[in-house]
Amino acid sequence: MSLNTIGYYFREAAASLVRNSWLSMASVGTVIISLLLLGSALLLVLNVRHIISRVESSLEITVFLEDGLEEERLERLEEEIKFVPGVARVEFVSQDQALEELKKSFGEKAAILDGLEEDNPLPNSFRVKTRQAEMVPEAAVQLSQLEGVEQVRYGQGVVEKLLALTRWVRLWGTLTIAVLGAASIFLIATTIRMSVFARRREIGIMKILGATNFFIRMPFMLEGMIIGLVGGLVVVLLIYFGYLSLLNKVAMTLPFIQLISDPAVLYRVLGGLLGLGFGLGAVGSAISLHRFLRV
Amino acid sequence: MIQLYNVSKIYPNGVKALNDVTLHIRKGEFVFLVGPSGAGKSTLTKLLCREELPSRGQVIINGRNLARMKNREIPYLRRKIGMVFQDFRLIPNKTVFENVAFALEITGASRKEIKKVVPMALRMVGLEKKAGMLPAHLSGGEQQRTCVARAIVNNPVLILADEPTGNLDPETSWELMKLFRDINRRGTTIIMATHAWDIVDAMKKRVVELSQGSVVRDEESGGYGYES
Ligand SMILES: Nc1ncnc2c1ncn2[C@@H]1O[C@H](COP(=O)(O)OP(=O)(O)OP(=O)(O)O)[C@@H](O)[C@H]1O
Ligand SMILES: [Mg+2]
Repeated sequence: MSLNTIGYYFREAAASLVRNSWLSMASVGTVIISLLLLGSALLLVLNVRHIISRVESSLEITVFLEDGLEEERLERLEEEIKFVPGVARVEFVSQDQALEELKKSFGEKAAILDGLEEDNPLPNSFRVKTRQAEMVPEAAVQLSQLEGVEQVRYGQGVVEKLLALTRWVRLWGTLTIAVLGAASIFLIATTIRMSVFARRREIGIMKILGATNFFIRMPFMLEGMIIGLVGGLVVVLLIYFGYLSLLNKVAMTLPFIQLISDPAVLYRVLGGLLGLGFGLGAVGSAISLHRFLRV
Repeated sequence: MIQLYNVSKIYPNGVKALNDVTLHIRKGEFVFLVGPSGAGKSTLTKLLCREELPSRGQVIINGRNLARMKNREIPYLRRKIGMVFQDFRLIPNKTVFENVAFALEITGASRKEIKKVVPMALRMVGLEKKAGMLPAHLSGGEQQRTCVARAIVNNPVLILADEPTGNLDPETSWELMKLFRDINRRGTTIIMATHAWDIVDAMKKRVVELSQGSVVRDEESGGYGYES
């Protein structure tokens, strides 16, 4: 395949795209919509996971103990906690330690806590970490049932809500994206079919002059690929700049939320979207050529 | 070079266009196919470029049985054959130059080569001044000569010309016949279907006459020789 031939493929593909400009644009449009949704859903899921994993590290269950438990009982309780499913680490925090930490968190205003040492109102506690965020709610229930435990505390609700959100996005996102992806493939296939139809006479002449199937098909394949790539490119730009401005806004207004800002992750998502656009185009063309260009 | 053995062609609509034709053509021959309209001349040329397959019998070119040829081999057969179609088959949105260049383009020829050879072919058929025009703006004869230029541009080993002078005035017809004779002298086999009795008579080449799908006459340096 010479350079001239490649030039020919591109010229022919471009001519067809221009000839069917409305359909071409509609195809690009569906590619954009489906990839945009996919990209957004992907970033949402990734970010939720990211947030959970960061929450996770500070996400621990605090098990407050009844007052006046004996040393021996405390040791046994620690063993029991270790046997609760999902528990990774247990750490004992005495009344005194708890007060120290509380003072530290108050910083300069720690003075208002002066005098509490005499009659420490804080209970002894265990700090428990689970292996995964998903395990927290279940473990908390079990921990609260142990003897000697007064109260169990963790970021109740937040974890469950985040997890429910990702589940929801995964289910409906997958469904919507699948439908939209099929729609883009269908529209691309229709575009290619129209191109083939508009040039069926020409295709007949090409065949009788001795053009190979590959030569005849290539411009049409290219046409679909260009549609997919253009759609993908638009989505990549939209998501790139959209996400950057989102990062900025979140950093300004909600500084405690840490979104993914690792360029490597972002580029992988964008690259994937571009590749997928290309793939949609190629599959659409291939389907159409398979059905309408039996050469 | 070309052998037909007991070839019959029945079109899907039941028309029997060729009936038990056996014919041998050697390399470098110049053969006129004559016979009344509907005799099967065009059908015969279509079998030779495998545009159609025979219903019965064998068509063999250069030792290859066309019916047994694989699909992906067909383009390479066609590239060795220069075809002048009765209905021209020019691409409407390409200029004369581009139409002729197209026969080279599909073989992956370079721009440089195309720029060199296409004007030569156009000059041979006297169309060098019309290179930039679209087929729709040409006269019938000019379209026909574009088709001839496209057929000869990549030096085929066989030229199948279906009434190539059908739309030409006598003078241009003779120019074309001189061109064909020169090409034939350089070793290219030429098969030409025609109704132009004066040309056939004057050229003194082999004449194969078809009638209702059968070969009724086959003589060396013959004449047109049937009443129409
Ligand atoms: N594609 C086709 N489908 C059905 N019948 C066809 C087809 N092509 C040709 N025929 C029929 O086959 C017969 C032979 O046709 P063909 O074109 O070979 O004749 P011809 O000798 O070339 O005639 P002419 O001198 O008018 O060009 C005719 O009766 C024609 O109607
Ligand atoms: Mg004919």
